[in-house]
Amino acid sequence: MGRSSLERPFLCIDCAPNVALDGSCLPHSNCPLDGNCLLRHRGAFIIAGMTQYVIRRFLGLFPTLWVIITLSFFIIRIAPGGPFSREKELPQQVLENIEAKYHLDEPLIVQYGRYLFDVVRGDLGPSFRYLDRNVNFYIFSSLPVSMFLGVISLSIALIFGVGFGVLSAIRQNSIVDYASMSVAVIGISVPLFVIGPVLMYFLSLRWGLLPTSGWITGRNGWVTLIMPAITLAFPYFAYIARLMRASVIEVLHSDYIRTARAKGLHELVVIFKHVLKGALLPVVSYLGPAFAGIVTGSVVVEQIFRVPGLGKFFVQSAFNRDYTLIMGTVIVYSIILIIMNFVVDIIYSFLDPRISYK
Amino acid sequence: MKKTLLVFGLVALAASVAFVGCAREEPAETAEVSAAAEPVEFFIANGAEPETIDPHLASGVPEHYILMGLMEGLVTPHPETANATPGVAESWEISDDGTVYTFTLRDDAVWSDGVPITAQQFVDSWIRILDPETAAPYAWFPTMFIKGGAEFNAGEADAGAVAVRALDDKTFQFETVGPLPYVLGALSHYSFAVVPTHAIEEYDDEWTLPENFVGNGPFVLEEWKPQEQLTMVPNDTYWNKDKVQLDRVVFYPVDDNTTMYNMFLNGEVDWATDVPQGQIDAAKLRDDFQVAPWLGTYYYVMNNERPPLDDARVRKALSLAIDREMLVNTVSRAGEQPAWSMVPQMDGYPAIDGLGEDVAEAQALLAEAGFPGGAGFPELTLLYNTNESHKAIGEFIQQQWLDNLGINITLENQEWGTYLASRRAGEFDVARAGWIGDYQDPNTFLDMFVTDGAMNGGRYSNAQYDALIEEAATMPAGPARMAKMADAERIFIEEDQGVMPIYYYVNKDMINLDAWAGWYKNVMGWHPVGDVAAN
Repeated sequence: MGRSSLERPFLCIDCAPNVALDGSCLPHSNCPLDGNCLLRHRGAFIIAGMTQYVIRRFLGLFPTLWVIITLSFFIIRIAPGGPFSREKELPQQVLENIEAKYHLDEPLIVQYGRYLFDVVRGDLGPSFRYLDRNVNFYIFSSLPVSMFLGVISLSIALIFGVGFGVLSAIRQNSIVDYASMSVAVIGISVPLFVIGPVLMYFLSLRWGLLPTSGWITGRNGWVTLIMPAITLAFPYFAYIARLMRASVIEVLHSDYIRTARAKGLHELVVIFKHVLKGALLPVVSYLGPAFAGIVTGSVVVEQIFRVPGLGKFFVQSAFNRDYTLIMGTVIVYSIILIIMNFVVDIIYSFLDPRISYK
Repeated sequence: MKKTLLVFGLVALAASVAFVGCAREEPAETAEVSAAAEPVEFFIANGAEPETIDPHLASGVPEHYILMGLMEGLVTPHPETANATPGVAESWEISDDGTVYTFTLRDDAVWSDGVPITAQQFVDSWIRILDPETAAPYAWFPTMFIKGGAEFNAGEADAGAVAVRALDDKTFQFETVGPLPYVLGALSHYSFAVVPTHAIEEYDDEWTLPENFVGNGPFVLEEWKPQEQLTMVPNDTYWNKDKVQLDRVVFYPVDDNTTMYNMFLNGEVDWATDVPQGQIDAAKLRDDFQVAPWLGTYYYVMNNERPPLDDARVRKALSLAIDREMLVNTVSRAGEQPAWSMVPQMDGYPAIDGLGEDVAEAQALLAEAGFPGGAGFPELTLLYNTNESHKAIGEFIQQQWLDNLGINITLENQEWGTYLASRRAGEFDVARAGWIGDYQDPNTFLDMFVTDGAMNGGRYSNAQYDALIEEAATMPAGPARMAKMADAERIFIEEDQGVMPIYYYVNKDMINLDAWAGWYKNVMGWHPVGDVAAN
């Protein structure tokens, strides 16, 4: 927690209804600080509450992960087939040799114990499909790629989504509004595996502007980022734009905006300082799941544009029954999801003074 | 209001300029490189990400294309015919009874690190793939040939039982289980590769990483970035290095067939190893579309144990009622040939006719089996792995059976792993299957259907067939053996209709043969990259 954030007005839920108009705290019976919940005490109170909260959430990560690992481990094994099923089926003897090598011939509970022991030591095991390197290698080489693409896409979605959302709201029923909302409907309803190839058809094949696919580390460099980032951003842009529009319209009709206007504030100030802050709340709470979704859900984009990211492994390993790689991706994605939810909760508390954590 | 618009307009503009800025920069740079570049680079869209480049652990086609560049066995496939030509071995002798093979290794055969290749390394390599601890998926292939190999692989005998030996540094000998006629051709397969045992000793499982890799093929591994690219450059120590014309070969893993095709159209790759079904009609109009018969058969397995499919008359009726010509012309469309037999066209093999198409005969057989006009026929399920092409073929056949026999079937698709498990366990009525031959001999299409064979998910079983296959396995090469094989196949297809062949596969590639020499169509679909050269 940075220092500046601690100086923001912060209230516990119990105290919130007891704040006087001037911002000071009124004595109340259920105050955790025995009625001493005055603004000047709050700094210490929040630090203690916040640290505790963070530690508690952090410790909560482990049981959650354990439950996820356990459930996934056994669910995966229920799925028919195995990592070594092929169109050309392997003779029984060969299959037995392979299963012995990977300890797949042991009782499931022993395998589970062995896996848990390895995971605790940070070893996600060998991949059953990609034999030359282990799961740790594949995850740590491909996760940054997915994360990077995700951040870029989400930034694009956010900039354009918020921009067009606000524009549509303040120019409701104008041509701008109709145009951007039509685009948004397309973004929400047309799947990525259509948007991607259409972009590729025009930008690469028809107009020859961009290479069809590849990644920034390849021979075509940074331009390869454009199409995957736009494709991946599109549905999120659409969602954010619609969310933003609805939310801005709601805020525009609220009392405090009328007050702000009545004070004679410039419209730009009203929009940027007052409307935006309130209207961003739903978008912020959407960002957590959106980021997790954009990082985990990029499989289609990664396949079409040959992005060497983790999303491809996430889906492909399930088809391959590559048990260890599935587990590895599930663990990593779970951690991302849990952390993202946590971060959003924290950010939320800064944007909405009614919410606090202890 | 106006200003708000302006602000957002500026933000959007700035963002797009940033991107366009990137877009402008790069092509110029690429152009510079290609203008200055003398070296000939060959770019390949190579299908799935390679699972391994250890030849003893590999099992797929993308791996095969890579390994043909990095490794060389005793023999190496001729690019035009895929037949064996001298590789590490400069000559060989086969004993009169056809069971002892003695190879003389060439003196200048060395690894890419300069270490000479010895006969002992061949011994150790072959022991390695057969060792149950290596758990090689393709171990079954050498076990079919090498005496003692199957016993060692099954853990019933130790390595000493395997009949491979080094007579001296440069003389390697092995014995086969019988006078098999197709040994030499099989030896160019990667499962018979020699591996750098000295490097494996040093680096263990990590010997295939680019920094440790040692090979003996026309190229050496330069770089391998998973999911991005694998590159190789000429191997200076290769005995036949004058043959190698390319300065660099780049393999791109491309999962998406459409992307592969687009990369080719956009000039980003020189060879695309597959063509998406949806683009077949467009591709066929192009000069750089290469289609060639492939040593493989697309067929339906019928569950020989489930009524009514346990009745050969029913199985025959189902097969007779399909218009395969129409199927290959209107559904698969890439130039596949209709199949009435399991074994595709092969040199020296008297192909059997199969039963062909005869709707009247099919109806008569069905009536004879107790289902006149399809009355009372249970609703069977056709199982296939989820895929548009398999679905289209299934729907075509479903319609044919309804029109011609008056029977209804249900189509059921399963996800890949589930489908394979169902097929292996025999949990289906009719299921799609495909088989690509491992060597140019009918045996590779027939021996899997013996009673309890691994690929025999339909549980076909006929003692007479088993006996003929076993007899043929130990017969010397020649017309008599081929005739025996044909007899077996006639029982399998014409008498029993154990499975239902649909069509013979074709290999579909995109490559401009005016620009590239040394790349030939062949039935194995093998294209050694060491022979490719720019025109």
